[in-house]
Amino acid sequence: MLLEIKNLHAKIEGKEILKGINLTVNAGEVHAIMGPNGSGKSTLANVLAGHENYEVTEGEIIYKGKNLLELSPEDRAREGIFLAFQYPVELPGVSNTNFLKTAVNEIRKYRGEEEMDAVDFLQMIKEKMKIVELDQALLKRSVNEGFSGGEKKRNEIFQMAVLEPKLAILDETDSGLDIDALRIVANGVEKLRSPENSTILVTHYQRLLNYIVPDFVHVLSDGKIVKSGGKQLALELEEKGYDWIKTDAVA
Amino acid sequence: MNDIANFKNTLTSSFTDFEKSLNGQSKQPLHSIRKEALANFEQAEFPNLKNEEWRYTNISPLLKHSFNPLPAVLPLMYDDIQQFLLGDTFNHVMVFVNGRFDENLSKINNLPDGLIVKSIATDVEEDDPNVLEHFGKYALSEGQIFTSLSAAYTFDGAFVHVQEGKIIEDPIHLLFIADARKDKALIQPRNLFIADKNSQASVLEHFVSLSEDIYFTNTITEIVVGENTYFDHVKLQEESKRAFHISRTVIDQELSSNFTSHAISLGGDICRNDINSKFNDKGGECTINGLFLLDDSQLCDTHTLIDHAQPHCNSHEHYKGILDDKSRGVFNGKVIVRPDAQKTNAFQENNNIILSNEALINTKPQLEIFADDVKCSHGATIGQLDKEAMFYLKTRGIGEDIARAMLLHAFASDVIKTIKLLPVRDYVEAILTKKFNQ
Repeated sequence: MLLEIKNLHAKIEGKEILKGINLTVNAGEVHAIMGPNGSGKSTLANVLAGHENYEVTEGEIIYKGKNLLELSPEDRAREGIFLAFQYPVELPGVSNTNFLKTAVNEIRKYRGEEEMDAVDFLQMIKEKMKIVELDQALLKRSVNEGFSGGEKKRNEIFQMAVLEPKLAILDETDSGLDIDALRIVANGVEKLRSPENSTILVTHYQRLLNYIVPDFVHVLSDGKIVKSGGKQLALELEEKGYDWIKTDAVA
Repeated sequence: MNDIANFKNTLTSSFTDFEKSLNGQSKQPLHSIRKEALANFEQAEFPNLKNEEWRYTNISPLLKHSFNPLPAVLPLMYDDIQQFLLGDTFNHVMVFVNGRFDENLSKINNLPDGLIVKSIATDVEEDDPNVLEHFGKYALSEGQIFTSLSAAYTFDGAFVHVQEGKIIEDPIHLLFIADARKDKALIQPRNLFIADKNSQASVLEHFVSLSEDIYFTNTITEIVVGENTYFDHVKLQEESKRAFHISRTVIDQELSSNFTSHAISLGGDICRNDINSKFNDKGGECTINGLFLLDDSQLCDTHTLIDHAQPHCNSHEHYKGILDDKSRGVFNGKVIVRPDAQKTNAFQENNNIILSNEALINTKPQLEIFADDVKCSHGATIGQLDKEAMFYLKTRGIGEDIARAMLLHAFASDVIKTIKLLPVRDYVEAILTKKFNQ
């Protein structure tokens, strides 16, 4: 078992958003978390990554046998957690290359590995760029600055490819993408799929799941997982909408 | 009140000693300028917080000290200054110790044709007509107490003259070394740069100190940028954290001239920079950029004035500040667009990052526009380090300290990257890296 979330409650600015989440993710599994706006999907993603604005009030998260909530965001990343942001942050003045190199070497240092030399590093990132069909010119530019929406999302998946996480959390990576960009992003995620790595896809739309087939689908509503199932559940949601789940849950 | 009187008296009474030290030079025409300036100094008052131009900068700590206007100059060796030579990359270097030109440490014997670099003192001795034509004509003494003080004690400084049509590729490094190990030195280099028509040159003014002692640098630079001439100026101030630094740079821009200024302020307890540029004719271009990086209880005050006196001129100004601890920053950017100065473009921006609860910045754009067909804009921002950016970096495995250094570096890079002298840019980058990683 890679990740176990037990009775997780979390709030932001005094407002409780997560009201008792239970979720288990094993190595190699892809879980889709779906739900209407405001159901707590992004909160769950941010809590897993360690955003300081979210306060966990109850419950626990066990990751690789450790208490995840005790780890700083950077240590979570070094332990193999990766969050692809819904709204990737622009970092004017920080070049993509410098950013990635620092990240890779910080993680290697944590794991007691030697820093990567410049030649190997460049070789490696050029390979990874192909996965998401990113133009190499982007490497010299500032992180996400002046990127189109699609470029930003592809850049997230590119970073994921470079950092090779154990657990990737994709927060609405599909939102706002045209079909070509969606295909590229999905293709990237598929290529990185392996029996050791797990993925949590947070999404509002079923569309992404045409390209990335999940092992499990969970429906989040009002801070709780109200329904879990296989990939069929996603199709059902697409057809019937979220209202059906809400009433179903109450009943 | 006593402080002010004492401060003035010390400096006025030392003037006789200074005159004696000049020997024959006191008969030169320059000496009447000195005497006039001394009279101005005696009459003028020190600015206080009621003075609009000094509203946020209290200079009373400066006035508590008794500075020696004729400080001791101990002989220095190359090893003492090597660390300030930017990897020894420059071919033209003038070294001044406590304001006095040191020929042995300097490197000005291999000058290209059309470039004259010498100490002002030598130039005055040689009766160079350029001195009398330009000296003190831009940085006027009247009513300006610090300029008067500097002019009264004018002795040395850099004289740079680029003759018509000459392109000087190698920058000129002016290294001003403060050595206050022996006494509280008053150091007053007085510089004059003249770039004639169709010429090009770059000058680095570099202020350093040998110890973390108290002293007072009061420096004036006048720059004449001739017709169709390109002049690049960098001022790098890394004085002692206990020093006082007051500087005034006045630029006169002729027809279609292009002037660039970068001021990097890192040192000093109280630092005040005045930069005034005037377009005397059409078609001029002027870029005034700067960065101040402050901590402890440092105060750095930058006042710029760009005078669009003529039409069809462009000015761009970008200042950035990073303030930590109890430091204070002041930025006042004044732009005057006179009635005839149609088709003016004037852009100004000042961005600041505050790293502590106690740091403070006062920023004020001051646009006075009297023409109607102009484009002018200004913007000022004050903020903290972007928390979302910090979180983003951390989620990629980058630790707090490195993430912080990366973001600060990125913030400063807008200004640093526009420095055209690569060795200077690298040197500043290295200083910033060291500071941010502390």
